Amino acid sequence: MGSLYDVIGGLFLVAGTSFLLLGSLGLVRMPDIYNRIQAGTKATTLGTLLTLLGVAFLQPAWSLKLLLIGIFLIFTNPLSSQILARAAHRSGQGRLPASQVDRLAEDFGDES
Amino acid sequence: MVEFLIGLAATLAGIAFLLALWRFIKGPTPADRVIAFDVLTVISISGIVGIALVAGRAIYLDVALVYGLLSFLGVIVIARYLERRL
Repeated sequence: MGSLYDVIGGLFLVAGTSFLLLGSLGLVRMPDIYNRIQAGTKATTLGTLLTLLGVAFLQPAWSLKLLLIGIFLIFTNPLSSQILARAAHRSGQGRLPASQVDRLAEDFGDES
Repeated sequence: MVEFLIGLAATLAGIAFLLALWRFIKGPTPADRVIAFDVLTVISISGIVGIALVAGRAIYLDVALVYGLLSFLGVIVIARYLERRL
């Protein structure tokens, strides 16, 4: 392919890995477990999708398989983050003393 | 130009992997470690796709797909274990 597709693909690669770095930085810097879930799953999902898009620009013959991996990530990554948040809430770990409102416990009473 | 961009992307992904690994080692609760494990697997999928790009072999994309499936199942199982419902 032409050189323009290579440069666009490389820029998408750098943008995607920048989002991966921002997600990991949020994972280190955030104070609470729910904030860590927020920072660690959304930003890395976007970063991985941008990386797959960049590889699809660099190797256009692989587009179908990269699209399959992308659809798989879109389906599984929010599901695993939601199940992790529910598990953290039910096991009662990681609440900050500064967090005052817990709507899920108000809805379900004294869960476990 | 393209080689420089691919090297920069690999460096950024490596730094992200090390930061997530630091949270995986230090995390105060087991749920923190599971979240860090999830982030590590997502970064590893990007890394495997990048290795497939550099090596020029399309068979590594299948490795990335199966790796994502197994890591998803592992995260689900550990989360169910933390809920004490396994």
